[in-house]
Amino acid sequence: MPGFDFSNHTRNAALHARGVPLPKATSTGTTIVGCIFEGGVVIAADTRATSGPIVADKNCEKLHYIAPQIWCAGAGTAADTEFTTSLISSQLELHSLSTGRKPRVVTCMTMLKQHLFRYQGHIGAYLVVAGVDPTGVGLFTVHAHGSTDKLPYVTMGSGSLAAMSVFETQWKAKMTEEEAVTLASNAIQAGIFNDLGSGSNVDVAIITKDKTTLKRGFVKPNQRSKKQKSYVFKRGTTAVLNEKIITREDISKYVTVHELEGEAAAGEKMDIDA
Amino acid sequence: MAAMFSQNPLMNGPNYSFNQAPVTAAGNKEHAFNPYTDNGGSTLAISGSDFAILAGDTRSTSGYNINTRYSPKVFKIGGTTSTQDDATLVLSVVGFAADGEALKERLDAIVKMYRYQHGKPMSVKACAQRLSTILYGKRFFPYYVHAILGGLDEEGRGAIYSYDPVGSYEREQCRAAGAAASLIMPFLDNQVNFKNQYIPGSGVGHELQEREKIPLPRNEVEDLVKDAFDSAVERHIEVGDGLQMLIITKDGIEEKYLPLKKD
Amino acid sequence: MNHLPQAWGRPRDDYYGAYDASYFQSNGPNQHTQQPIVTGTSVVALKFKDGVVIAADNLASYGSLARFTDVKRLRTFADTSVVGFGGDVSDMQYLDRLLNSLDTEEAYTSSGHTLNARNLHIYLSKVLYKRRSDFNPLWNQVLVAGLDEEKKPFLASADLLGTTFSAPSLATGFGAHLAQPLLRKVAPDEEAAATLSKEQALEAVKESMKVLFYRDARSMDKYSIAVVTKEGIDLKENEKLENQSWAFADQIRGYGTQVN
Repeated sequence: MPGFDFSNHTRNAALHARGVPLPKATSTGTTIVGCIFEGGVVIAADTRATSGPIVADKNCEKLHYIAPQIWCAGAGTAADTEFTTSLISSQLELHSLSTGRKPRVVTCMTMLKQHLFRYQGHIGAYLVVAGVDPTGVGLFTVHAHGSTDKLPYVTMGSGSLAAMSVFETQWKAKMTEEEAVTLASNAIQAGIFNDLGSGSNVDVAIITKDKTTLKRGFVKPNQRSKKQKSYVFKRGTTAVLNEKIITREDISKYVTVHELEGEAAAGEKMDIDA
Repeated sequence: MAAMFSQNPLMNGPNYSFNQAPVTAAGNKEHAFNPYTDNGGSTLAISGSDFAILAGDTRSTSGYNINTRYSPKVFKIGGTTSTQDDATLVLSVVGFAADGEALKERLDAIVKMYRYQHGKPMSVKACAQRLSTILYGKRFFPYYVHAILGGLDEEGRGAIYSYDPVGSYEREQCRAAGAAASLIMPFLDNQVNFKNQYIPGSGVGHELQEREKIPLPRNEVEDLVKDAFDSAVERHIEVGDGLQMLIITKDGIEEKYLPLKKD
Repeated sequence: MNHLPQAWGRPRDDYYGAYDASYFQSNGPNQHTQQPIVTGTSVVALKFKDGVVIAADNLASYGSLARFTDVKRLRTFADTSVVGFGGDVSDMQYLDRLLNSLDTEEAYTSSGHTLNARNLHIYLSKVLYKRRSDFNPLWNQVLVAGLDEEKKPFLASADLLGTTFSAPSLATGFGAHLAQPLLRKVAPDEEAAATLSKEQALEAVKESMKVLFYRDARSMDKYSIAVVTKEGIDLKENEKLENQSWAFADQIRGYGTQVN
């Protein structure tokens, strides 16, 4: 069965009417931008995800892959941006395979807007679509209700005004790649430092006709300072009320046990204070 | 007029998906002028054997905006000059900043009057009781703040009193208040009052001895405060920019300012 | 993002849901301001080493109608301070009258000294806080620019709830979103503001006004700007935005798949 499952809708509406709150969705109260330059396009995003006033993820990825030369920056409900972009990415891949051509940015944009329009804004995805295809460079914004915009520089999310103020004062036509990347990064930083919904690092994706370069953590202006104290507890600090040891022989009754060797045996090291 | 508000949920400040609108019996939403707002931020107070520390971040917010990166929440109370150099008490307020300011001004005036009339500074205990009375006086139009009062008691020990918005109060070892209170308070329970910490090897199961509670030295408390705020900044969007600390000792009140992350 | 004066002091949408407009109509007589009618948009201001620059455009809007295009939203006080008003224009005019009478009263009672910008800001914030406490707010956010008791630059804000704060740069309304990021880059802290020249400050404020005109639908390209220094107030009330850039415009074709 394709599509969403609405079987609980009536029940939920009734519960909601009686004052039961909706579950809290992780929202990427975000700053995302895009900017065209000579021969390509750059998109950038901050890396903070929030749930109400709480930071849910300090270093999340808001730049989503659509096709090798088409990328998407997403703001709004984290799950919606994630699923919408991956859905369209799959459809675009199949479309590309059946036509035998490279996917186009306008195709991606049209598929996104038609998908989002169908759901009348209930899919809270606010996107910046950018890419290079055989017809040239494309840069669009797509709103959750399905409207789109085509501009040489765009911003979205809660930090869109902070970012836009940077573009409106410093943007010029026919920039070089380096100029555009710096400008986009500065726009994101305006969001990071002036908008509470945005924070942490700057991610950048640069798309030209030859290649796409994803620069995760392009700028990291918000590194945590060293802790003053050590918070390591002496072994035995936590009360042990009950102890049960499961031997390898016991567990092997239920699962297959492999002996690990070398590096793998050590396992991944946990990030703890010294 | 509804069109005045952006349809884009991102454009309407922190968009909690909770719908917490108070609904009347008839199902109508209550709407009138709302005399309150939340200016974010957090405060924290810890008392020691011969000192008390009150701290607060210096960010003031409205919605997703930063009003200013430097707006103190911790104030000296009851000094005889405009610089408050000879003050002995400290008040921190977090919540609705305008009410906080009004409350501070009122308490300051009262403590000053006490000093002029009695020729000696007010004790923390007396001031604490007076502050409770002030807050309860506005029981049906409350000062929308979480206040903490600090000073040294008659024996010279650090004293911290914390309040709810309508005047219920208690003397405590430590207290966190404001936006990140729920993030900081459990940390304090563990690190100041050694909650959930036992002495290794002192017994088995329920016989295990709890780690003995001893007042922390000043430098350790200062470190704890800094670490608490650094962590709150990491996980709460309304906390940041600067950390202001007032340390009350028998020699007076020392002020410290440390930068915090600004994102 | 509740930058519009119509939204100020209202229950936040995220907590209480969107405003039910039917509540605006009330049948009985009601003297309290429940909503602003004719409004002014942003006020922006920036401190520099010798004083403060403050600006606001000359538009008074009636909802989405650009109703009055020559409304002066900066007013001087005692040749030492400037107050910039955002929000309801009739409440602004009431405050203006209040400040006139305060000025007169001070001239009679005080022996030569005048109220400085800090005094003025405290006065206004107490008026605003008193009115909110009476559930009869003055629907404004004001910026007070001038010099303090030590003749150092002073800049602070007060709003309809009585909330006050001070910073090296301030902006009300839409300016809080669009202008503040620009101004904060020029003067991130008090130390940086204390090194700015008057020319640098003027440039930053004018640039902010330009961006606001580009992106604030309730703004205008005619504005007032004042510089307060020890030498006095230099107030210009009929400035026009200069050097606008529309370089991006000729390249735009449609909003989606259109090419020509």
